[in-house]
Amino acid sequence: MEKKKNIFAALFGEGVRNRTFSFIIVIAAYIILESMRRSGSLSSLFTGLLVPICCYVIAAIGLNLNVGISGELNLGQAGFMSIGAFTGISVSGCLASSLTNPTLRLIVSILVAMLVAVIFGLIIGVPVLKLQGDYLAIVTLAFGQIIMSLVTNMYLGFDENGFQFSFVENRTKLAKGGKMLLSGPMGANGTDRISTFTVGAVMIVLALLVVYNIMYSKSGRAIMAARDNRIAAESVGINIARTKMLAFVISAAMAGAAGALYGLNYKTLVPAKFDFNTSILILVFVVLGGLGNMTGTIIATVVLVLLPELLRPIADYRMLTYAIILILTMIITNNPVVRKFFGGLKLRRDTAGREA
Amino acid sequence: MGFLSYLISGLGLGSVYAIIALGYTMVYGIAKMLNFAHGDVIMIGAYVSFFALNSFGLSLPVTILLAVTVCTALGIVIEKLAYKPLRQASSLAVLITAIGVSYFLQNGAQLLWSSSTKVFPSVFGNGSITIGSLSVSILTIITIMTCIVVMVALTLFINKTKTGRAMRACSEDKGASTLMGINVNSIISITFAIGSGLAAIASLLLCAAYPSVFPTLGSMPGIKAFTAAVFGGIGSIPGAFLGGLLLGIIEIFAKAYISTQLSDAIVFAVLIVVLLIKPTGLLGAKQNEKV
Amino acid sequence: MKKTKSITRFFAIVMSACMMMGMAACSSSDSSSGTGSNTSETKAEVVQGEKEDGTADKDTSSDSAALTIKIGGSGPLTGGAAVYGNAVKDAAQIAVDEINDKGGVQFDLKFEDDAHDPEKAVTAYGSLKDWGMQVSLATVTSAPGAAVSANYQEDKIFAITPSGSSLAVIYEDPTNESDPYGNVFQMCFTDPNQGVASADYLAEHTDLGTKIAIIYKNDDNYSTGVYEKFKDEAAEKSLEVVYEGTFDASNQSDFSVQLGKAQAAGADLLFLPIYYEPASMILTQANQMGYAPTVFGIDGMDGILTLEGFDTSLAEGVYLLTPFSADAEDELTKSFVESYKAKTGDIPNQFAADAYDCVYALAQAIEAAGITSDMSEADICEALVKQFTSMTFNGLTGTDVTWNENGEVSKSPKAVIIQNGEYVGVEE
Repeated sequence: MEKKKNIFAALFGEGVRNRTFSFIIVIAAYIILESMRRSGSLSSLFTGLLVPICCYVIAAIGLNLNVGISGELNLGQAGFMSIGAFTGISVSGCLASSLTNPTLRLIVSILVAMLVAVIFGLIIGVPVLKLQGDYLAIVTLAFGQIIMSLVTNMYLGFDENGFQFSFVENRTKLAKGGKMLLSGPMGANGTDRISTFTVGAVMIVLALLVVYNIMYSKSGRAIMAARDNRIAAESVGINIARTKMLAFVISAAMAGAAGALYGLNYKTLVPAKFDFNTSILILVFVVLGGLGNMTGTIIATVVLVLLPELLRPIADYRMLTYAIILILTMIITNNPVVRKFFGGLKLRRDTAGREA
Repeated sequence: MGFLSYLISGLGLGSVYAIIALGYTMVYGIAKMLNFAHGDVIMIGAYVSFFALNSFGLSLPVTILLAVTVCTALGIVIEKLAYKPLRQASSLAVLITAIGVSYFLQNGAQLLWSSSTKVFPSVFGNGSITIGSLSVSILTIITIMTCIVVMVALTLFINKTKTGRAMRACSEDKGASTLMGINVNSIISITFAIGSGLAAIASLLLCAAYPSVFPTLGSMPGIKAFTAAVFGGIGSIPGAFLGGLLLGIIEIFAKAYISTQLSDAIVFAVLIVVLLIKPTGLLGAKQNEKV
Repeated sequence: MKKTKSITRFFAIVMSACMMMGMAACSSSDSSSGTGSNTSETKAEVVQGEKEDGTADKDTSSDSAALTIKIGGSGPLTGGAAVYGNAVKDAAQIAVDEINDKGGVQFDLKFEDDAHDPEKAVTAYGSLKDWGMQVSLATVTSAPGAAVSANYQEDKIFAITPSGSSLAVIYEDPTNESDPYGNVFQMCFTDPNQGVASADYLAEHTDLGTKIAIIYKNDDNYSTGVYEKFKDEAAEKSLEVVYEGTFDASNQSDFSVQLGKAQAAGADLLFLPIYYEPASMILTQANQMGYAPTVFGIDGMDGILTLEGFDTSLAEGVYLLTPFSADAEDELTKSFVESYKAKTGDIPNQFAADAYDCVYALAQAIEAAGITSDMSEADICEALVKQFTSMTFNGLTGTDVTWNENGEVSKSPKAVIIQNGEYVGVEE
């Protein structure tokens, strides 16, 4: 995988400065937005977007670990979100009567969702990581589609007699007062909306901590070495399979957590939500944010989630404009002349700085 | 319906996938990019054919010619405007741009022609040929024949003509090709032109079999055909052909004998198994690792 | 490396600046929506609108401005389901324009895109709320509707959905049909209602066929909802179902397998609780196979005759239970079809008809309750719930339409058969 720096790449310098900066913007954004929300000065539109933005940011950070740091093009991130989301919803649904504190229930649901996503990450990671390049990419795409197809065919309900599960055909017959957790293609309905922006923000901070710890640890350097030159890395005794698996599984866990947070933020969730387009959407966040650059990923995610909303006034031309902006951004940020121009600015400023 | 008739409908569906997959595989072989907008070129081809047949009452040969021309031109324009500026950029940047182009075409089509479904006129009639107890529709036969003709023509073109040889050279080594006096840029344009022309033919066959025309029509056949291309070994023309046919057959068999709901999951599961046994697809070139 | 860093820094700054501006814009519009400044804006808009029409005289303009009620609504205007959202948006706008021209209650309609996605529906809801929506058409499709109904309940804004037919749109606990939201109403039938009605009809008319095959779309709330109740009711009435086939959004073009199996099972009646687009495909492919069962559809089948390019001879003899058909001869339908054609160039389907009825039902209820735009959303909501549960409405999709306190509509579907390319009412 080529290591190309993109628009937000290496935003405020590598290493410690970058790390500190990303924590500062997340925490500052949280404090500002949360206080605005509490005082009621944040618009309904923006309030509604807080949690989904957190979810996308977490999933994108996870994917960036996979694509940017580990160098594996993963086109199935939405599959892990799906696993996490429906696990989280089911857990929360089961615990609704026994665990009444919503925040505690949310945290338990997210943890279980992460665990399940990790198990699936391990199972899927074995075949996926045997392949390389575009073949690896298509297998992740295939797993994403398979997960969607399987979740679409699952029916899970419970009543006072316990759980009922059926596959492909809905054979569940619930007693009065029972609750369907998963209804096949219709997904989950009547979910308790327990996700909060605070939990989302805390999760982003935790995700950043985990990713930075990996990036700047021995295993992180091993992962990056394996990305840049697999054979050289192997020759110095790095266990490629293990390091790549680590990145893959952590990425899956983050997607699972993001999915659970997402699923528990809406009354209803359909399995078709986590299709190929959602995987691609998250990949767009990562690529635009810069491979291996977490701060960039966060900013790109926020901007790209907000963009279609800010374009609402132009109604019919909204998505067309979004597409054009996407294409132009990619072309302009990769244009040698533009790069050179900004490079020149930077050079002059640096010289000026040194003279002063 | 018995085994044989399922096999034949599978071959019919597979032939359409194969023609679309050829477009994917050629572009990948030369430009080393996944052109996710390919499915949407099919959609444009379908709309052009629909209006040519329905609103202007053109004859079938003229319609085919028109659709192929429009799609070819569209392919060249997309390549020039969106992909050419990114020749030096990372493959991921190109991938995202292709997705942008796909969004653009879908939303553009919706603005131009509204989101309501249009029904494609019946172009090849509803006739069928009965051999014993087996009944095969003319359409399926035409589809399979077209696919074979396209496949043979493309193989001859690649192997026998000067441009074809230049294309093969480019897919091997762009730098060396340039040194040998091959204009790599024009070869890439020609590849896009051919791929998009094939998309136009695929759109006609697709819509003749499944007569609905709508703005997102190309997405699903696009993903399936991409899968088919990888299945056969991306970059390989016979591979795309084989992958397309097999994918079509597996899909129909999965629906017929296992479950209509799980057919997609089965298709992708087979793909994964194949790639684990042959990591570069059925007919893909083995990747040599450079140290 | 250094060069790229500076570009990225530049972009980061520009992008974050954009973001901050966006946020500020959002919040500023929010703060103004509750105050007087926004109302005056609306007033100006209305006055301007009337000047353009040249219809309203000076006296009513100030009156009507005081009565201008803001209607919100969302539906898929882009993406695969866009056809339904656009139908609702256009039809609702026609109804709003007609009502505004009459004088009396004045409406201002704002219809947002939700791309048939619950997430986008919630943001669309936020956007509408920031704009100052007072009553709503909720959402066009079911899944997004189920996502925002709780918001409508929390914020006490009255909503009536033209076509969100799933139980989850009006009940918080759809499994047990309990905990209705109470202020979210439906203009369309609930899905179960249609399933039961279809099974009952088939049980009474065994001449249509006795061996039933069903093909339904299993990732669609509407289709599955109808199918499930149909199956239960069919078992009750001891109808013989010989084949059940499904398809989903990624497999809605090839039906050769499902049709082949239905034919092999000897089905002489094909029940299609699906929309007309895939139904047209099924009819075409059945014809190619030489399979000709009696086809029975529900309201989603309406629209098949006006599908651009569809060979309507294939739909000859298709039965459907529907509350609306665009070929009806009454004055109301005729004038609506005419205005819809003039506006969009298309012939309206049941989504459009339901949307048109929604706006008129709202107008009737608002007038009867004496609601004015300066009332709070909660007061409007309370008054409307009271009106809707007690009033009777006559519209395009039914006469003597009533609602129960859960928001479910009661109207009777009519059986029609397609003959000579037209819908013809079936004599009972």
